[in-house]
Amino acid sequence: MYKWNFDVLWQYWDLFLYGLWLTVVYTAGSIAFGVVIGLITCGARLSGWKSLSFIARLYQEIFRCTPLLVQLLWFYYAFPLLVGVSIDNRVAAMLTLSLYVGAFYAEIFRGGILSIDRGQREAAAAIGMSPMQSMTRIVMPQALKRMLPSFINQSVIQFKNTSLVSVISVADLAYMAAVVNGQTYRPLESYTVMALLYIAVLFPLTQIADLIERRLRVSD
Amino acid sequence: MTIEREPDGNAMNAEALLEARGIRKSFGALKVLKGVDLTLARGEVVALIGPSGSGKSTLIRCLNMMEIPTAGTIHFHGKTIGREFRDAGDCTGIGTLRRHVGMVFQHFNLFPHKTVLENVTEGPIVVCGTPRAEAVAHALDLLSQVGLSQKRDAYPNHLSGGQKQRVAIARAMAMRPEVLLLDEVTSALDPELVGEVLAVIRRLVDDGITMAIVTHEMAFAADVADRVLFLDEGTIVAEGPPDETIRNPSNERLKAFVSRFNH
Repeated sequence: MYKWNFDVLWQYWDLFLYGLWLTVVYTAGSIAFGVVIGLITCGARLSGWKSLSFIARLYQEIFRCTPLLVQLLWFYYAFPLLVGVSIDNRVAAMLTLSLYVGAFYAEIFRGGILSIDRGQREAAAAIGMSPMQSMTRIVMPQALKRMLPSFINQSVIQFKNTSLVSVISVADLAYMAAVVNGQTYRPLESYTVMALLYIAVLFPLTQIADLIERRLRVSD
Repeated sequence: MTIEREPDGNAMNAEALLEARGIRKSFGALKVLKGVDLTLARGEVVALIGPSGSGKSTLIRCLNMMEIPTAGTIHFHGKTIGREFRDAGDCTGIGTLRRHVGMVFQHFNLFPHKTVLENVTEGPIVVCGTPRAEAVAHALDLLSQVGLSQKRDAYPNHLSGGQKQRVAIARAMAMRPEVLLLDEVTSALDPELVGEVLAVIRRLVDDGITMAIVTHEMAFAADVADRVLFLDEGTIVAEGPPDETIRNPSNERLKAFVSRFNH
């Protein structure tokens, strides 16, 4: 029977910690950029301007329908060849992660906004609200509530997706687990520790998200 | 921001508060309104009746530009309503029109994320810039008039249909509208809840509010309306006081329509 030995891993705690830090940074960064990209894309899709909507749709489908792994490799290796400038692997990682999650966020935002009954916009208009006031005070607050579960879900997936940046040598948690494995020849322990660290961050976050969701449900 | 309650009307049209001229409205190939004129004088109550699909809801929705007419114009205090939200040149903006012309919908359309009180104060505070304390005081007064003071902190989803519609009426009245448009406001209610909403409307009629009412409640229309318009297939087929329309129709189509409600 396999004898687990986590002791040899302790000396590498700083590698795990640094890897975890980078994973958090890439997740938080790509979520922040992704929200901006998602809002712009969602706005373009709902603008009613056909060519703009088409471009937004094209971007979304390219990033939703190709593997993130391929996108990372493509942005790091192929894109620099096409434009003639080399891209730092960290920039390529952040750019790809943001564009990837932005495509999904756009769809979540769009779905949330469209799910709000037309009568809500009419009622806002009927008391003289401008389209902007109607969007920010009536439609968005209701849409946000409906978007929240999907948004959290996508963000949790995003946290785990960052593990793929290790293929372009960004030293995230997955990369560090591989390094530790290389040093110790203890793959099961190395990757178990990696998994536990992912859980340690995500589990509290999903619980907090549940709490927020319950608080928002008071008006239902 | 202060709201001009009495914009300078054209002296020639002093009688006509809200006016629709030659309104046509098509949805794709479907012609819903085929040239309709309607004038609302101050203090007048006009009932729009007619079979489903006759265009009466579309007409009332054109009066506050909720539907933009395909052709024809809307005039408020004699001034033409433009296509822009804000006033532009000689045209009154759609936003200005809607601040003075309230609307209540068949399906209430209360804001579910706001309490009853917030639903009523939202317009005055956000659109008119009324100080919160003043808006709340007015809202509480309106809620007591519709008998819902005790529900001020409830959310709309916890109210019955009749209660929702009474809140919706209070929300519209909070803007101190010069005209109130009621679009089939009892059609989505359980029969036993219709009475409480009609009672509230009757009080507004007694207060002298100018109103256009789309309704299937013939007895109520006959009772409160100064004038009845009968629409069929996108045109006004008959028009007159309730005695000449609902009670003693001479027009054949109107007669057939009204007879369906007498039993």
